[in-house]
Amino acid sequence: MDSLTANMPLLVFAIIGAIAFASSILVVAMRNPVHSALFLLLTFLCVAVLFVMRGAEFVGAVQILVYAGGIMVLFLFVVMLINVRHLPDERVLSNFWKGGFAVFLGLFILFTTMVRPGVYHDEIANKRRLGSNARHITRRIHNADGTVTTKHIARYKWSGGNSEAVGTALYTDYLVPFEIASLFLLVAMIGAIVIGKRELSAIEEETAPAYMLERVATEKEVKEAMSA
Amino acid sequence: MPSTEAYLMLSGALFSVGLLGVIIRRNMITVLMSIELMLNAVNINFVAFSHRLAGLEGQVFTIFVITVAAGEAAVGLAIIIQLYRLKSTVNVDEARELNG
Repeated sequence: MDSLTANMPLLVFAIIGAIAFASSILVVAMRNPVHSALFLLLTFLCVAVLFVMRGAEFVGAVQILVYAGGIMVLFLFVVMLINVRHLPDERVLSNFWKGGFAVFLGLFILFTTMVRPGVYHDEIANKRRLGSNARHITRRIHNADGTVTTKHIARYKWSGGNSEAVGTALYTDYLVPFEIASLFLLVAMIGAIVIGKRELSAIEEETAPAYMLERVATEKEVKEAMSA
Repeated sequence: MPSTEAYLMLSGALFSVGLLGVIIRRNMITVLMSIELMLNAVNINFVAFSHRLAGLEGQVFTIFVITVAAGEAAVGLAIIIQLYRLKSTVNVDEARELNG
């Protein structure tokens, strides 16, 4: 019983990792995109569990909120919107499937054999930095020959949690990337709206619903009135 | 505790499955899902090394990767909707206008 409790993290990792791997294969293998999306959701949830096991609670929560809550809804929404019906005898694989399997096998073997214990930086046993705020101080050092140089030192103080530590790091050390990320999201939002907007072309006007044509006509009138 | 190497192996496996999906599937929505799978595999690597080196840098970059993935999914799905309006299909093989 003691060995079971001692090896519990390993057991959880084995089970959750196996589920993640199996459902990732099913994402690729399923015919129906809705089934693929639901297995992708299962993979995301398993990966969130793995994040929490590695002391990244905030990233795990963000993973569930953004991936499972946001991106999956987007995917399911689009799948339902375009409503693709696959015929049972329709081809699922593209023309490159042989090369694809070859690349997969090569990469899989490479990735799983390349990983060797002991070739990375030694593990740092003290995990307190994962929940600590960094404070940077500059110290003036008087050298023996009379010159003065400055030295930057980072001091870590236990902040009580991973979320607070990540938040502090985002707002202090990584402020510029954070702002660029917000700008990126704005650009992506505008881009998605502009690309996804429906434009009434000459061919579509015959099949467009009446209310849409009406709206286009009123918009035209408003434009003419504005320019006049 | 599971070792960092176990995490790296799982991440490599997920990444190669994602690449397989990108190459072999014809349905463009599934291709986009496979790209998300690959991004997630990279995130596992970041978090594993963040824990190993006891630094927050990996977790911060994971958040940026998730941000980029969200934007990429939104724009990619908008492109898929436009392609569906143009071609009435979401198969990758059908979109070959730029094929010289």
